[in-house]
Amino acid sequence: MSEPMANVFELDGEHVPFEAGQTILQAALAAGRHIPHLCFHPEFRPHGSCKLCTVTVNGSHATSCTTPARAGLNVASGTRELNDERRMLVQLLFVEGNHFCPSCEKSGHCKLQAAAYDLGMTSPRFDHFFPDRPVDASHPELLLDFNRCILCELCVRASAEVDGKHVFALGGRGLGKHLEVNSASGRLADTDAAVADKAMAVCPVGAILRKRQGFAVPIGRRRYDRCPISEPGRRVQAAVAEETP
Amino acid sequence: MGVSGIDACVDAAVERWGSAPTQLLQVLREVQERYRWLPPAALDHAARRLGLPIARVRGVAAFYDFLATKPTGAYHILFSDDVVDRMHGSADLLGRMCHQLWVEPGKPSEDGLVCVERASFLGFPEQAPSLLVNQRPITRLDQARIDLVCELVLARKPLAEWPAELFVIEQAVHRKGPLLSDPLQPGEAIRASIARSDGAAGAQAVLDEINRANLLGRGGAGFTTGVKWESCRRQQVEPRVVVCNADEGEPGTFKDRLLLSNHADLVFEGMTVAALGTGASLGFVYLRGEYRYLFESLCEVLERRRAAGLLGHAICGRAGFDFDVQVHVGAGSYVCGEASALVESLEGKRGIPRNRPPRLAEKGYLGLPTIVNNVETYCAAALIQQHGADWFRRHGTAKSSGTKLLSVSGDCERPGVYEYPFGVTVRQVLDDCGAHRTIAVQCGGPSGRCLEQDDFARRIAFEDLETGGAFIVFDDRRDMFEVARHFAHFFADESCGFCTPCRVGTSLLARLMDKIRDGRASEHDLQTIGELARLLHGASHCGLGESAGKALVDTLQKFRPAYERRLIAHGVEPAFDLDGALARARRMTGRDDPGAHLEQPA
Repeated sequence: MSEPMANVFELDGEHVPFEAGQTILQAALAAGRHIPHLCFHPEFRPHGSCKLCTVTVNGSHATSCTTPARAGLNVASGTRELNDERRMLVQLLFVEGNHFCPSCEKSGHCKLQAAAYDLGMTSPRFDHFFPDRPVDASHPELLLDFNRCILCELCVRASAEVDGKHVFALGGRGLGKHLEVNSASGRLADTDAAVADKAMAVCPVGAILRKRQGFAVPIGRRRYDRCPISEPGRRVQAAVAEETP
Repeated sequence: MGVSGIDACVDAAVERWGSAPTQLLQVLREVQERYRWLPPAALDHAARRLGLPIARVRGVAAFYDFLATKPTGAYHILFSDDVVDRMHGSADLLGRMCHQLWVEPGKPSEDGLVCVERASFLGFPEQAPSLLVNQRPITRLDQARIDLVCELVLARKPLAEWPAELFVIEQAVHRKGPLLSDPLQPGEAIRASIARSDGAAGAQAVLDEINRANLLGRGGAGFTTGVKWESCRRQQVEPRVVVCNADEGEPGTFKDRLLLSNHADLVFEGMTVAALGTGASLGFVYLRGEYRYLFESLCEVLERRRAAGLLGHAICGRAGFDFDVQVHVGAGSYVCGEASALVESLEGKRGIPRNRPPRLAEKGYLGLPTIVNNVETYCAAALIQQHGADWFRRHGTAKSSGTKLLSVSGDCERPGVYEYPFGVTVRQVLDDCGAHRTIAVQCGGPSGRCLEQDDFARRIAFEDLETGGAFIVFDDRRDMFEVARHFAHFFADESCGFCTPCRVGTSLLARLMDKIRDGRASEHDLQTIGELARLLHGASHCGLGESAGKALVDTLQKFRPAYERRLIAHGVEPAFDLDGALARARRMTGRDDPGAHLEQPA
């Protein structure tokens, strides 16, 4: 075998360059290559909980958002086996919460829904858990619908790291894991949360919504209505055309 | 219970443990011990005193089984609900107790007197069934003992006045090897390692001896101890940290309980040796919440060792050799046995396994270089320093040196701890413990392997059967499907919830196993179990998820008829049970006549 090229790894047979400190997913996205993901956001330190970005690295499963890129790695992502696993992961998220896309304001902008379409999910497959998760509509400008929360922790990270507020935390264990709101009452209205907070803008699904912003962009003309989440090239054009607030 | 009383209780705990955020779990644990639950005022005050967001405090309180955010009872009783306790009739005894106390499991009595709950695994399978009452263990339960406990509870007798005999814990040891029979005196191994480090190589010589002995971690994963220690030693950051993993949570294991109860000096000796080798000055024992009753005795041993100059400043007169140990107590969470989750828990957080890299040896407790080793590993390390690597390698096999403590329980005449040189066959252990008509052995607990008769010639060793030491025996009265179903629920209950496959997948597996038990499953469901197990194995964040489907896959392969005889003929059977969905309506209307049921297929 020839010497591995400096700062290049292989992703599905093609070279991907990387910079020191980048993880596999970060380098792939920077190179315009898509690996499905939900809990990853380029502005935050990856933590690897959704597992959608699972790839094989030199034959072994690894979470690409947290695995450091190294020269010469042989990464496989677009295989049938991995996409089967990803589809199953998305199905698990769908049955865990209460996701009713047709009535959700986030439909078309939702990364969970977009990932499901992209991975060819045609049914939830498993029996629904139908959890009982009350909505928090206490805040005058923001709505928390825990039914749609996929526990990606992006709002937790954004509130702590960008807003400096700690409005959210994760609590509990296993299926009982849930989003905690940082006030004695547990209600969003009693926190220092504000509409302009980064935490309120990073939710990949419809768990954190602005009130009175419904359907500003009609369904059918939204970001992922126009192009699949896996086509970053076309996505740029679509993003210019229609962006979520 | 006044609010000021709650504040004072939090303040007293903060006084003892300090006001660093890392002490949150210890503070909450003490409040829980005092009130048997965590009143909201206690969470608020703890958040204030430790400078933490209340959401974070509530999040931690909801993570651990032994922290209750709703009132329990003046007597809080936890029934061990692991597979061995069940084999010994724990379910009937639990029913008997609930009947006598007039309570439902998990629901406190209306007068607040008592709450009876199930716990995953308390750690006494060789004297099963067992329970904890206000954190004190009572084992060898039978009807008479259950009746006595109920009587004492109903008489509201303080625990201190209960018959001492109830709380006697036996330590059955049926085979001693070099570790359990060593007459090592406190300080001997430390002095041996100090003498070793006086050579040209310095403290590196301590590590060299561990490496030469080829000591592999005894917790089950079998990582090379010396490599871990050297990696920690190489870090240019101080202080370094030595952590003893005494979170013996794998159902079926109890050998660490023996070591902590009867050989605590040997454990601390090993930790101190590790401190010398790695240059660490900070030490922790992370004691599982179920072993809370050992806390005081461990602290006494530590105090005695401090007084003897074996801990603290200038240990054994060696200038600059400073090391001390603090005991932290867990609060009921299996995943905290995973080293990085354990470190998170030590930091007072929810026990979520970390991403690697970095390894703990580089950035562990509070970002400091940290080694985490099993209780038994530290004992072995102490003996290696005392007797040398060559002595150690005389035991075991070429690839697995030394001995292994096995926790033997289940269907056998002599359950207890057995120390064997590595390489012992499963058959040998079965013969020694008096097992008859054995159909299966769960080696390594629910996360280990299910062995059938064809496997009994295999050997306990890192090159064959790797195990943390749990050895659960099942004879021909047992239904291995029910065993696997129990394990599926165990993992669903204990998943930390961090990653999608484990959080949701373990619950789906448990539900599928219930569907099979209920006679509503088809061949298709068996395939789905296989697919989910593969997903868990490949995509999970840590070992819990990776191994959560193992017992199911093993039993599906080796005891398939136990599954198949429960299947119905259809190709696909929906999970939704139409008649079952009417159960609530039947309860509400008080009806259970045939007309209140859907027509059942003949």
